[in-house]
Amino acid sequence: MKKARIAYAGAIHLACEYKGQLKLTDGRIVEEQDVVWLPPLEPRTVFALGLNYADHARELAFKAPEEPLAFLKGPNTFIGHRGQTRRPLDATYMHYECELAVVIGKTAKGVKKAEAFEYVCGYTIANDYAIRDYLENYYRPNLKVKNRDTCTPIGPWLVDAGDIPDPMNLSIKTYVNGKLTQQGNTSDMIFGIAELIEYFSSFMTLSPGDVILTGTPEGLADTAVGDEITTEIEGIGKLVSTIVSDDIFTKGYEPTDIKIDC
Amino acid sequence: MVKARAKLKDSEFAEDVEILNNNNMVMNGKNCELSQVNLDVPVTGTVYGTLLNYKGSLEALKNQVHHPPYNEPPKGPVLYIKPKNTFSAFAKPIPLPTGVPELEIGAALGIVIGKTATRVKKAQAMDYIEGFTIVNDISIPHESVYRPAIRYKARDGFCPIGPWIVPKDSISNPDCLAIRVYINGQLKQENTTSNLIRPISRLIEDVTDFMTLNAGDVLLVGVPENAPLAKANDQIRIEIDEIGYLENPIITEEKLAMEGIS
Repeated sequence: MKKARIAYAGAIHLACEYKGQLKLTDGRIVEEQDVVWLPPLEPRTVFALGLNYADHARELAFKAPEEPLAFLKGPNTFIGHRGQTRRPLDATYMHYECELAVVIGKTAKGVKKAEAFEYVCGYTIANDYAIRDYLENYYRPNLKVKNRDTCTPIGPWLVDAGDIPDPMNLSIKTYVNGKLTQQGNTSDMIFGIAELIEYFSSFMTLSPGDVILTGTPEGLADTAVGDEITTEIEGIGKLVSTIVSDDIFTKGYEPTDIKIDC
Repeated sequence: MVKARAKLKDSEFAEDVEILNNNNMVMNGKNCELSQVNLDVPVTGTVYGTLLNYKGSLEALKNQVHHPPYNEPPKGPVLYIKPKNTFSAFAKPIPLPTGVPELEIGAALGIVIGKTATRVKKAQAMDYIEGFTIVNDISIPHESVYRPAIRYKARDGFCPIGPWIVPKDSISNPDCLAIRVYINGQLKQENTTSNLIRPISRLIEDVTDFMTLNAGDVLLVGVPENAPLAKANDQIRIEIDEIGYLENPIITEEKLAMEGIS
């Protein structure tokens, strides 16, 4: 089953895909363009992998890592399908990264590779945007590159693990305004899903709702304001986001504005 | 008498308490000794750490900052996330992983965010703070800070927080608070938040420039240089003036596995 979290007609709903439309838990069937898509889950701890495809590591002139290169993301960075991702004015190179996102379904500690898939409840897609202008060599990639507000679209669906018989053989594609720019296959991961679960759970406890973004293959390109970026993974879906300019965030912005906090 | 907020283990919410002294508080009209109550972590959100924010900690890197892999001193705040599995309460044991002889004690002042903070300016930063708490940002000692240090910093129980949140109005000057670390009653480290490279308001401005902090999130101001090391069965106490103390023992993972963590 493909599940979504959406806002529709004044409330937040869980929904599932139904003949190209969305079926809400209360029975209503609605068109996908009539809803606001939210991240398909509220992620707990989110791991992201750097340089986890050999071709991409080469592309960035790095040798493949001997141990997974992982960093964490905060909740501020996630947005749903068809959301807006902000491109700062001073950015000269902001690229997408289409990634298979693995969702943990039960508590995992000291899990061995052979049993690792028992701990996966589903899959979704993440677009792990990076702005290379802000890279610094301390805890690289630093949060200013990888944990910006709006810079990690995720969704549209959380697809049940049972519906994806071989997650280690899925084609990955990114389109910029409809033109194919990135292409790869999850079979080319350096550290596969099972190895990553074994690795993380060897030194910390994973919990339901934790998510592992498994890295991206080669084919990065700069994005411009107005671009529509579609990240697609076979059997999981197509995640769309639009690059928007700083202007729409700064127009009405006053630092002394009262924030919504009650 | 100073008001604060503390959370009991089996309670759903943090409650208002009155601090009598570092060891005693009035909770629900009753006098309680800290060692007699089962306290929980007083915060709910994401914990962000800041590396190299004490002048001495950056100076300790000396010329290294000009050589590979760093090449230049950090420009922005160096941030990382302490994920949920690391959270631990007052008096709870810090697990010492098998094969690790010693842990690094990271004595940190935690800024507890009071309302949604996006692109906050220095002059308004204090408006977004609820109060302050004590955080023990534990690490397995590691030399390089080039790559994110999940394996060293994100182990279960590696982030004791507490005992309570002291509201900002009760703190005379958060940019001038003495911090002391005692191991088994012996003073091992002394420093003050007046040695921060980015004082609190500046840190909030620089962080919220690209990522939103939400109510309940905690931003650590950093850990002082020459972090003391501690081993199995050591009792660690971090004191911060005008807040109180946070005390936790270090217990081996094997022993905790036998006894279970309460």
